[in-house]
Amino acid sequence: MNQHQVRVELPAHLRTLAKITGEVSLEIEGPITQRTIVDALEARYPALSGTIRDHYTQQRRPFLRFFVCEQDISHESPDAPLPEAIARGTEPFLIIGATAGG
Amino acid sequence: MSSVRLLVGTRKGAFVITSDGKREDWKISGPHFAGWEMYHLKGSPADPNRIYASQSNSWFGQIIQRSNDGGQTWEPVGNKFAYDGVPGTHQWYDGTPHPWEFKRVWHLEPSLTDPDTVYAGIEDAALFRSTDAGANWTELSGLRGHGTGPHWQPGAGGMCLHTIILSPTDPQRIIIAISSAGAFRSDDGGNTWRPINQGLRSEHIPDPTAEVGHCVHHIAMHPSRPSTLYMQKHWDVMRSDNSGDTWHEVSGNLPTDFGFAIDVHAHEPETIYVVPIKSDSEHFPLDGQLRVYRSRTGGNDWEPLTKGLPQSDCYVNVLRDAMAVDTLDTCGIYFGTTGGQVYASSNAGDSWFPIARDLPAVLSVEVQTLA
Repeated sequence: MNQHQVRVELPAHLRTLAKITGEVSLEIEGPITQRTIVDALEARYPALSGTIRDHYTQQRRPFLRFFVCEQDISHESPDAPLPEAIARGTEPFLIIGATAGG
Repeated sequence: MSSVRLLVGTRKGAFVITSDGKREDWKISGPHFAGWEMYHLKGSPADPNRIYASQSNSWFGQIIQRSNDGGQTWEPVGNKFAYDGVPGTHQWYDGTPHPWEFKRVWHLEPSLTDPDTVYAGIEDAALFRSTDAGANWTELSGLRGHGTGPHWQPGAGGMCLHTIILSPTDPQRIIIAISSAGAFRSDDGGNTWRPINQGLRSEHIPDPTAEVGHCVHHIAMHPSRPSTLYMQKHWDVMRSDNSGDTWHEVSGNLPTDFGFAIDVHAHEPETIYVVPIKSDSEHFPLDGQLRVYRSRTGGNDWEPLTKGLPQSDCYVNVLRDAMAVDTLDTCGIYFGTTGGQVYASSNAGDSWFPIARDLPAVLSVEVQTLA
């Protein structure tokens, strides 16, 4: 299995919650997908469990979006492979909080 | 020397407000968890440095925070509230069955004796308990499962379990309240439950004296007299002298008996406080005058307390968990408003002064009296 170094950017509230400064770098073995990235993120930072995906349905929370390489992939399968640039770490996986809501 | 510590939950963060026992000079610390809705914070009676806090928002869901040093530092603990088994359905607003779905924690009630045991009242209504300081949560599912659960229906604010009272004399007795299902009691530590709504009358439901369906807003109890309960219902202030088996109305001469908050004097079990609100469609004080009403007779005879409170152009609300009393010799009373003020009285309500004026909308106020 290939070892990947994946970069993740989180909304400010989640960085504060998990006591993270700046970007996160995750070592992930195997395919790079939405699911494997969030799995690795929750394993490293248990405080984030349930904040990005619902605990029970494992669905992305409705006010969050996943962006990669200037594309919104939020509605794609969580198991779809992500672009090579994410797996190589040349582009970050962005978790974005909706700006709606005041 | 004694001191007091207020735990204030607001729409955009939590604040810890402290004073010595004179209650003249106050220090505000916060916002903690800035930007998050803090529905409730409460300290353990067994260890005042242990505080639990409910933190949530629409983006990231529910977090439970725990402090072991009186609110100076915090750590997130377990936030997984899984209904026991297949949750089933309750009534939706239109009367159709709707699956139980976790939304948020409204109220945290630490055990009276064990700092690691804490109860959580959640929306959609259910009661959870943690015995490991918040790391893991287990539903006390006998409440939803006792039989009336499928008939419960949300109120305008959601179907929330917002009141949890632990008996100081009977460790097996728990009393809870749900909007808008009513009040319920367990006499076996939370395993089995029954509705305790006899005597309530709610004109806005098809059967005004139904077993369940009453919009109970809050219940208060004095620890020295645990069989006496005071209730602020949607409309009506009620009293029970048999642990909720039966209730009778004590609204008496209140100018309006709608409201949310109700509490009992720390040393006088027959002295109670409410904040009358104009109506269910106008959530602000009558005539723009913010008035706490006090009864020294356990209800029926009420006096307005106005000194130090705004008596014109005041259109704030006082929510159900936003009133608390300290246990100093001259009982202190505190309440927060949706306008961001926190008012205090150090003389049992005779006069009031603001200790915070411009916080975000206040959702809850608890007070710890520290040795």
